[in-house]
Amino acid sequence: MIEANPVLLKELRQRFRNYKAPLIFFIYLLVIGGFILAAMYLDWRHFPSTFNPSRSREIFIVLSLVQLIMLAFVTPGLTAGTISGERERQTLNVLLTTDLTPGGIVISKMISSCSFTLLLLVSTLPLYSIVLIYGGISPWQLLAVFSFYVVTMFLFAAIGMASSAFFRRTGVSTVTSYAVTAFLLAGTAFLAMFIYEVTVSNVYPRPDTLPAAAQLLLDINPVVVLMCILGEGPMLDKHADWFLPYWLIYTLFYLISGLILLWWGSLRLNPLRKKSNY
Amino acid sequence: MIEIKNLCKRFGSTEALKSLTLTIPAGQVYGLIGPNGAGKTTTMSILATLLSADSGTAVVNGVDVAKEPRKVRRVIGYMPDFFGVYDGLTAREYLSFFASAYRIPEEKHERLVNDLLELVNLKDKADTFVDNLSRGMKQRLALARCLVHNPQVLILDEPASGLDPRARAEVKEVIRQLKYMGKTILISSHILPELAEICDQVGILENGRLVVSGPVSDITSGSQETRIINVEVYENQKEMLEYLHKYPGVLQADKIEKGVRLIFKGKREEQQRLLKSLIEKNYPILQFAVQPGSLEDTFLAVTGEGETI
Repeated sequence: MIEANPVLLKELRQRFRNYKAPLIFFIYLLVIGGFILAAMYLDWRHFPSTFNPSRSREIFIVLSLVQLIMLAFVTPGLTAGTISGERERQTLNVLLTTDLTPGGIVISKMISSCSFTLLLLVSTLPLYSIVLIYGGISPWQLLAVFSFYVVTMFLFAAIGMASSAFFRRTGVSTVTSYAVTAFLLAGTAFLAMFIYEVTVSNVYPRPDTLPAAAQLLLDINPVVVLMCILGEGPMLDKHADWFLPYWLIYTLFYLISGLILLWWGSLRLNPLRKKSNY
Repeated sequence: MIEIKNLCKRFGSTEALKSLTLTIPAGQVYGLIGPNGAGKTTTMSILATLLSADSGTAVVNGVDVAKEPRKVRRVIGYMPDFFGVYDGLTAREYLSFFASAYRIPEEKHERLVNDLLELVNLKDKADTFVDNLSRGMKQRLALARCLVHNPQVLILDEPASGLDPRARAEVKEVIRQLKYMGKTILISSHILPELAEICDQVGILENGRLVVSGPVSDITSGSQETRIINVEVYENQKEMLEYLHKYPGVLQADKIEKGVRLIFKGKREEQQRLLKSLIEKNYPILQFAVQPGSLEDTFLAVTGEGETI
């Protein structure tokens, strides 16, 4: 990690020095804060003298989903141009002739992007506190949701990094990263539903558990897992009992996949590997 | 010291380097000249550990670039033909970043960066953002960046390209200072007269092959193994051209107004045998002369007329 520091410091300096960083913060907080205040205002209009804690819980759930979608937009967007951008600016070759290793470069850029996203997440905490004041949510639930965000962000960022190392152009890398992220967010659920419909829906009596493939797809779907964390249950049928709890499967899958992608990205960055152009 | 032996590199069906062999002694400045696509950047990229060769060896300061690329990176300073700079960093921060990238302790940065900025005459621009510097200043900053880890070998790919005459002179001056500091420098350029001034030796690359190599004075006087010979005849020009095309040692033969201009590689005895053979073939030779001339003439003769200088 020591060798990752120069790039990390440079990236942080560059990222926080220009006008884009406060602009992203402003837009991010505006969207999420605007949503909370609008929801509370609508609630207050219907019941001007009271505030129902169950409404607070609903706002929390929708707020958490909005935050997840925002993360899915921001995280790959931040990482998808990190390596390809260096290539486009013609700064990568010089960087690769220094004493830094490709792995060190990838990890530093990953940490820089993730720290920015983490800061975005932390900056939304005061907005969550508005919901917490009115009850209906436990601090543990909030902690679980934020841990979930960190794990999710790790894979989303790694997808962007790997894509950026693989493709020469930032445009292609960004589109690919968003496509993979969209697949995780929506594609896995659709695929799970498809497998369910094809294999189980016409069987009588219905089995208690989902097909393994469908269950796995649901366990790696961020929306389904977030809903489970929020106590809203699985999306399809009864939740299957697996060898591990759903959140652990999700965490392991996201962390291991993220590490594999980062490792692969480092290999792609090695200038002495056999080259191919994309 | 740089030693290249039988280096070959192919990109698809294009042969970028064809058994390139080249030695640059320590402390010398070697100029690599050639038209676009001749293989200059490929050679430099292999030496800078950014590209692997298909076969052959390249050794920098006794270290094989293919076997120990990280060791090589510590002893070379590389400046590519096209390079970008980082937005939002000052010249001082830019150099300090690269100093950290070469693991130079933080406490040494200030003095090192000041010295380098002074060397390239950019001390008054230390706190200017690098994207606000002129092209010439960026080129000089890039030269300073090559030197942060005090490498013994510098690989400079077209360091003066696209610069106005004043900026070019400034870059040239920095390279001259580096030469006095005892650095081994491999430099490529299209600006031939300038190479002649700076370099101890030059090599002309054509289609991935080193056609001519040697001290600048030898190349311009024609006293080395490869030389340009003008053969003037009053008739049978075409037949002689066909004969010369097949003659061993003739690298290239072109029709000129009153005869043939050929690039001949061989010892003086072999040159004498060539003349004898032409006389025996009864070609009506009026003149058989080694062409002395500038580096520019040699370059044009070797690479063809069309190349921009």
